Amino acid sequence: MAMQDATLKSKEELKERLTKPEIISGSEILLRSLLLEGVDCVFGYPGGAVLYIYDAMHGNPDFNHLLTRHEQGAIHAADGYARASGKVGVCIATSGPGATNLVTGIATAYMDSVPLVVITGNVISSLIGSDAFQEADITGITMPITKHSYLVRDVEDLPRIIHEAFHIANTGRKGPVLIDIPKDISAAKTLFKPVTSVNIRGYNPTVSPNKQQVDKLIKAITEAERPLILAGGGVVYSGGHEELFEFVTKSQIPITTTLLGLGAFPSGNDLFLGMPGMHGTYTANKSIQSADLLINIGARFDDRVTGKLDGFAPHAKIVHIDIDPAEIGKNVPTDIPIVGDVKTVLQIVNQGVKRADKADEWRAKLKASCEQYPFSYTDSEVELKPQWVVELIHETTNGDAIVTTDVGQHQMWAAQYYKFNKPRSWVTSGGLGTMGFGFPSAIGAQMANPDRVVVSINGDGGMQMCAQELAICAINNIPVKVAIINNQVLGMVRQWQELIYDNRYSHIDLAGSPDFVKLSEAYGVKAFRATNKEEARVAWAEALSHPGPAVVEFVVRKGENVYPMVAQGSTIDEMIMGDAE
Amino acid sequence: MKKHTIAVIVNDQPGVLQRVSGLFGRRGFNIESITVGSSEEIGLSRMVIVTTGDDHTLEQVTKQLYKLIDVIKVIDLSSNPMVGRELALIKVNAEPGTRPEILGVVETFRAAVVDIGTHSLIVQVVGDTEKIDAMVELLKPYGIRELSRTGVTALNRGNTK
Repeated sequence: MAMQDATLKSKEELKERLTKPEIISGSEILLRSLLLEGVDCVFGYPGGAVLYIYDAMHGNPDFNHLLTRHEQGAIHAADGYARASGKVGVCIATSGPGATNLVTGIATAYMDSVPLVVITGNVISSLIGSDAFQEADITGITMPITKHSYLVRDVEDLPRIIHEAFHIANTGRKGPVLIDIPKDISAAKTLFKPVTSVNIRGYNPTVSPNKQQVDKLIKAITEAERPLILAGGGVVYSGGHEELFEFVTKSQIPITTTLLGLGAFPSGNDLFLGMPGMHGTYTANKSIQSADLLINIGARFDDRVTGKLDGFAPHAKIVHIDIDPAEIGKNVPTDIPIVGDVKTVLQIVNQGVKRADKADEWRAKLKASCEQYPFSYTDSEVELKPQWVVELIHETTNGDAIVTTDVGQHQMWAAQYYKFNKPRSWVTSGGLGTMGFGFPSAIGAQMANPDRVVVSINGDGGMQMCAQELAICAINNIPVKVAIINNQVLGMVRQWQELIYDNRYSHIDLAGSPDFVKLSEAYGVKAFRATNKEEARVAWAEALSHPGPAVVEFVVRKGENVYPMVAQGSTIDEMIMGDAE
Repeated sequence: MKKHTIAVIVNDQPGVLQRVSGLFGRRGFNIESITVGSSEEIGLSRMVIVTTGDDHTLEQVTKQLYKLIDVIKVIDLSSNPMVGRELALIKVNAEPGTRPEILGVVETFRAAVVDIGTHSLIVQVVGDTEKIDAMVELLKPYGIRELSRTGVTALNRGNTK
């Protein structure tokens, strides 16, 4: 109790210090404003246009900045931080190349609705437009991939802009907001007046649903014989997982969750069918195709989920709950549109929802189907199988780890074989499919959750796209556990080339990649290699018990494919279930 | 493909035209014409955009526009009675011999001659798109040297807002 009082007191002291009206520079205004927004960790990389900002950080005991080794690492780390915590992730980069190195990360966050505030420096205001050294029109470049952006023209605007940026990033449909600060603005001095309220006329997200539409949903549930819930990332982002659980429990409707929705519902539950889509479960895909009521909760009918649109859920009345009205009807015509925040909507729905009484036969059928068609693979005692490695990681972390992934086959195996039970435990680039995301996002996830086990599952391809961030794990002792599923090939591309391009393997061979153990050790990170089950168990156990960061390279079978698979252009019930005999 | 005229009330901010036109471009929406100017309220501009597409496209255009923070209001003008006008300046060949004929056309259209050169006239015509199209057709035989059209600006009639 005494300690709590002490923390509270120091927090109040900090706030008093930060809000003190003083004449300070734009850079100091930025740092104070970020601290007042509750930012406890910023990822960044200095350069000419942000020198005043970095100068303000010098000797500032309140401000926690982590120096990455590439701006892309900084923004993916900020993204992982945001996804694993629900707080806004923040990163800083300089003008020109610093800013453009953030572009992939901004697009990644935008596609998956992740709240970020991205701060870039720019050249001196009077030089903007003159092709000055390290000048890039970053607000122009990022317009299609940001929720909003600001180019600061007057230091007086800075406190308001920062406060608005945090508000916009983390409300409504969340997303990245960019603040571009010319060098003279970060140098200019003015009286700091903290801004604590927002008034943005053109921005007022609808949170509460239309009651009539909710009533229609409740009625549809009582009439449905084959109802199904499709839950997505919106459940996690709204913090509505408990409401979702209550909704499923009350209605007894079977549920499938999208890739980004994994963890929104406990995977061990009897009504859980697994993930749908291109590499989803047999039962989830089949059930969508035969459902007579499909309740989409916070998912956006991405093409990897729907397969061929013409022929998707052909018998279903479609209900779509989404905070973003533009998603409703965008891809799939909707019968009952419900615009609102998932958590708020479900709270209201839960007051009236009844058990779907006509669906007993359907429930029994789907349960049997789940038992008959689980994800499966042929294990081997000779070679390591990637699916087995994911199962090993799941068992040894009791399903409680935060798992981040890169993109490709290992990502799908992680989604299939790691059984998630808690939200914000799964960090993956779903929409943009960004290679190089897996490892740095784990650093951010760990910074946000110092007490949880964070495992980053990567391929040998993606690991090499941001491997330089091993340095910051070693230097700052960030205890991320990195699994590299090494099949010496760009596996997902190989799989498509095998199945769709007639075994014409073009530029997928990653043999000759560095020795990952030596590479990790060169950065000062403990590392292990495993080529069989026994080595894998031992190496992974050592990595987990090691107090600092650790890398385990699992050398796995090269030709393994992800199944089931729905080929692009097929409806989702046309699944390839395994390798041709 | 239906033609829609929509008004977009936006914050008078640098870059706002880029945000709106960029959205049309990347989402594959067509812009037939776009006009921007001040509105009845200080700090807000009114854009009038003529676009083509089915009702689903119009719905998406509207919803996507509303996602822009700088967009305050989107009005589907053509769903109600509206007045749509554009202005054209037409520089047409006019030797002394053909001038009376051209002036006859101008008068019929209640247009105006706003400049007279030794071999040409500039005709200013205001009206809906069809009227301007007709004027252009009639002046073509004389030889149009240059043509500049503003694109449509519009308001709903009467009490519709």
